[in-house]
Amino acid sequence: MEARLKIRNTKSLLFKGLIVFLAFLITIPLIVVLLYIIKQGVMQVNWHFLTHVPAPVGEPGGGIANALVGSILMVAVATIIAIPVGILSGIYLSENPSTKLAYYSGLCVDILQGVPSIVIGIVVYLWIVKPAGTFSAISGSVALAIMMLPIVIRSTEQTLRLLPPSLKEAALSLGVPYHRVIIKVIVPCGFSGILSGIMLSVARIIGETAPLLFTALGNSFLSYSMKKPMESLPHLIYTYATSPYDDWHNLAWGASFILLMFVLILNIVTKLITRKWNIQL
Amino acid sequence: MEHTVISSSKFNAWFGDNHVVKDVSIAIEKNQVIAVMGPSGCGKTTFLRCINRMHELIPGATAKGSLKLYDDEIYQMNPIYVRYKIGMVFQRPNPFPNLSIYDNVIAGYKLNGLKMPKADFDNIVEKSLTSAALWKEVKDSLHKKGTFLSGGQQQRLCIARAIAMEPEVILFDEPTSALDPISTSSVEQLFHELKENYTLIIVTHNMQQAARVSDKTAFFYMGELVEFDDTKQMFTAPSDVRTQNYITGRFS
Repeated sequence: MEARLKIRNTKSLLFKGLIVFLAFLITIPLIVVLLYIIKQGVMQVNWHFLTHVPAPVGEPGGGIANALVGSILMVAVATIIAIPVGILSGIYLSENPSTKLAYYSGLCVDILQGVPSIVIGIVVYLWIVKPAGTFSAISGSVALAIMMLPIVIRSTEQTLRLLPPSLKEAALSLGVPYHRVIIKVIVPCGFSGILSGIMLSVARIIGETAPLLFTALGNSFLSYSMKKPMESLPHLIYTYATSPYDDWHNLAWGASFILLMFVLILNIVTKLITRKWNIQL
Repeated sequence: MEHTVISSSKFNAWFGDNHVVKDVSIAIEKNQVIAVMGPSGCGKTTFLRCINRMHELIPGATAKGSLKLYDDEIYQMNPIYVRYKIGMVFQRPNPFPNLSIYDNVIAGYKLNGLKMPKADFDNIVEKSLTSAALWKEVKDSLHKKGTFLSGGQQQRLCIARAIAMEPEVILFDEPTSALDPISTSSVEQLFHELKENYTLIIVTHNMQQAARVSDKTAFFYMGELVEFDDTKQMFTAPSDVRTQNYITGRFS
C-alpha cells in the first residue's frame, strides 16, 4: 500500500513537472525572436530612420518613413471600414443566435477566418485593382479590412452573448426602445471586450504581407494618396530582406523591430484595457 | 368599490403551442398589494409579463384576449408607453453595471434620451431612493457604480429605478427569491409603504410572504386563475380545493 502510494505520488510529480516544463518551453521561441530582433534592429532605429525614405544602394542612411506612414494609413482605413460592419454584424449574431441567417453568416465568418490571406489579396485585386487599372492603398485597406472582420465579429458576438439577458430586460421594462437598448446598454457593457477584439485584429493585420502584394503593391517613395500604390512595413521587410545588400538588410531589421514593437504594445494595451475597463456584472 | 387599474377578461397567452395562461379574468384595484402565487410553471410569471408587454419579447410568444390598464387595451397601446406606465422589478437585481447609482435611478429618462434640468433629476433621484428606503445608505456614494451595493440594496435600487418613472403599477417577479432574509424583510417592508402611491403585483413562491405583504392573493394553477380573494380569506378558508391543497402543502 505504501509503495503504491509512493508510485502514485511520483507519477503526479512527474506530470506536474512535465506541464511546468512545457509551459516554460513555449515562452522560449518568443523570447529568442524578441531578443534577436531587438539585437539586430534596435541599432538601426533613430529619428532619421523614422523620418526618411530608403536610400539608394550604396548611399548611407535612409529610413522607413514611407512604410511607416503607409502601414498606419492603410491599417487606419481598414479599421474604419471593418469596425462598423464588424460590430453591427456581431450584434446581430449575438441577438439572433437561432435564426438561419445567423447560422449561415456565422459559418461564413468562420470560413473567412480560415481563408489564406494571399487569396483575399487576389480577390481584392480582381474586385478593385483590375477595374481601377492601378494598384492602390485603398485596395490594400479593403483586403486588410476583410481579414479583420472575422475577429471583430466573433469577439463582439462572444462578448455580448456573455451579458445576462436580465440587463436587456431591465432596459426594455423601462420603455427603452430596442435600438437604444443596444446602443446605450448592451454595447457599453461589452465595450472592453469589443475594444480588445478590435485591438487584437489590428495587431493581427499590421504584420500581413500577402494581402498587400497584389493590392497596395509597395512604393519606395513617401505617398499619402490612398489611390496610389503605398509601401507598408511588412512589405518593406519582405523586399529588403530578400535583397543582396547589407544596408538593406539592416533597414529590414530596423523595420522588423518597429513592427514588433507595434504588435507588442497593442497586445499590452489590450490587456490593460480589458482589465481596467472591464465592467463588473 | 375602488377604481380598477388592471383588468383582464378571458386573457390567454402562449409560448408557441404551449398554452400557459388560460382564460384569466381578474380585476385589480388601485393602491393594493396583490400576491400572485402558484406552483412552478403555472403561468403566473407569464401573466405578469403580459401586463407590461414583456411576454412578447420572447420568440414565439403570443397573447389573446382583453387586458386593460384603466379603460385602455394594453395590447393596443404602444408597448413603450405601457412600460412607462407599468414598471417592473425582476427576480435578480439587475442594475445597469455601466451606470452610477444616480444614473441607475434615472435610467428610464437617460436611456430614453429625455432631457431635464439637473435639479429636477436630483429631485427625482432623492425622492425615488427615499421611497425605496435606500437614500440614507447611498446618499454619499451616488456616483459609485450600482453594482458595488449588496444584493438587497441592488434590488431596492431597481425598485427606485421603477419608481422614478412614476408608473401606475409596479410588477414584481419573485423580487426576493435571490435575497437573504434580512434584505427580504427590508424589501417586504417597502411594499407596505409603496402601496400608498402605487399598485403592486407580486409574483411569489413564498406563501408566507404572500400572507405577510398582500391585500389580495391570486392563485394560479395549470395556467388558470383558480381563486382570487382577500388574502386572509384565502389563507384561512379557501373556496377551491386546489387552493387548499396548495396552501396546506399537499402539492407544490
